[in-house]
Amino acid sequence: MTFLSTQALTRSFGGIHAVAGIDLDLRQGEIRAIIGPNGAGKTTFVSMISGRVEPSSGAILFEGEDITALRPWDRVLRGIVYTFQITSVFRNLSCFDNVALSVQRSLSKGRAIWYRPDPAEVTAAVDSALHRVGLLTRSAELAGELSYGHQRLLEVAMGLALQPKLLILDEPTQGLSEQEIADFCSLVKEIAAGATILLIEHKMDVVMELAHRITVMNNGTLLAEGSPDEIMANLDVQRAYLGT
Amino acid sequence: MTGADKRLRVLALHGGLVLVLFALQFLLPDYDHTNFTSIMVLATYAMGYNILVGYTGLLSLGHAMFFAAGLYGAGMGVYYFALHPVLAFVIGSSAGLILAALIGLIALRTTGVAFMIVTMMFAQAAFLVTLYFNDVTHGDEGLTLTQAARGFDLLGWHVDLTNPALRYNLALSLFTGALVLCLALVRSPIGRVLIAIRENEERTRMLGYDARHYKLLALSLSGLLSGAAGAAYVLFFGYVGSSFAAIQYSIYPLLWVLLGGVGTVVGPIIGTLLMFYLIEISRDHMSSYMIVVGIMLVLLVLWFPKGIAGTIRARWWGWIP
Repeated sequence: MTFLSTQALTRSFGGIHAVAGIDLDLRQGEIRAIIGPNGAGKTTFVSMISGRVEPSSGAILFEGEDITALRPWDRVLRGIVYTFQITSVFRNLSCFDNVALSVQRSLSKGRAIWYRPDPAEVTAAVDSALHRVGLLTRSAELAGELSYGHQRLLEVAMGLALQPKLLILDEPTQGLSEQEIADFCSLVKEIAAGATILLIEHKMDVVMELAHRITVMNNGTLLAEGSPDEIMANLDVQRAYLGT
Repeated sequence: MTGADKRLRVLALHGGLVLVLFALQFLLPDYDHTNFTSIMVLATYAMGYNILVGYTGLLSLGHAMFFAAGLYGAGMGVYYFALHPVLAFVIGSSAGLILAALIGLIALRTTGVAFMIVTMMFAQAAFLVTLYFNDVTHGDEGLTLTQAARGFDLLGWHVDLTNPALRYNLALSLFTGALVLCLALVRSPIGRVLIAIRENEERTRMLGYDARHYKLLALSLSGLLSGAAGAAYVLFFGYVGSSFAAIQYSIYPLLWVLLGGVGTVVGPIIGTLLMFYLIEISRDHMSSYMIVVGIMLVLLVLWFPKGIAGTIRARWWGWIP
């Protein structure tokens, strides 16, 4: 059984095919990078997997079940978690409350709307997620007052606290400093021990360090797929993307 | 600040407010005593409104229909069927709740400006219904409940809702109940999700929440408090007429909440109190007192969007829920 598979997944906006029939298979536990020039359809593609964008046609199978018609919040409960490209933490809430929203969701799975998870359990889970991304000491600070890099980490902590099986990271290192990127890479490797990761990333050194396999998109289609070495050696990819 | 410390402050602020309101009944002159009774009832209405606009971020311009549902639900029950006032109160409150839930199923398909328009249209329709069925509602003239109809016996003691002291304390109980409900709600996991929806609905959905359920719950609770306030109002003051269903009763709670502090638990009572007296004073000096309402609305939106409690929270007391 494939962990995640998309079949001829397509999304058109008017006459433009943002994503034109992508077949992709993901194995459980892998780190898969999706690369491609701006406008290649990467974000639209992963947005269809997370449910933010409805496909025009095609199907998505997750753990053997067709989830194409499932609403985004139901996909989250199944373990498909998306972290936003444009940081969208709740700026007016504390870091604690940001992560607590994820925690209480995963603790109240399948319960009635008024179910109240044990506050001690919530606190413990929030602290653990904040600790994993190194933000535990900033728990009480407002998310909007964090530095940009820290907001990105908070975004990841919110994803982690949902206990994802598939974590989709959309350009997570954008705007981070060199040191922050290095720390982020080790964090992703650590997360990958417990979850499959789909990573959209522009920085080739990050991709090369993290990805087990790489998928290259161009103009809404799948241009190539293979190991990092194979992709580096692929002439088409170099023409379309690497520019050499 | 630790969690326990914060809890203590929240308790002190809101408990203190209730105690002050309790003590005021022994100090206020008759005229203001009655005013405060209505302010506490109207503040309950404002708190109901605030659950939706302040904590969920949905701006309704049609809450008069939920307030009126409470007024007419309880008022007509007593007037036509001589219902027990307690039962009438329950019916009026339920009418607010049920109407809000039904309207929500349709209106919550929209957001933002469209939601404002849809709720306003429903409320206008409700207002016209009260005029159209003039035979039953007596339109603008309204229904007046007799003193006898507003009394009942409880454990050998005669409860007379026209008694000012009793009325004041019942209004205070209603207000306190609403205050406790709002505090419990905003500090609960549900409250956290409502605030998240207000801040960023899409992000909330992508955290696994079906926002539609939460918005419907918020609107229903909001309708419940509005209906309860309406039911209490007619039982305490013995009158219900179409003017309570008119547009200004949808604008008032917006104004009270904006002035007091949108998205704060204490804001609605502060705003209702100040606005009530501002209108009273201007009414003494001119006939077109609604212009004061209009000017206040413009001033608040332009220069004081956080309101009194919201500004206090932003500047000094970050812990105010």
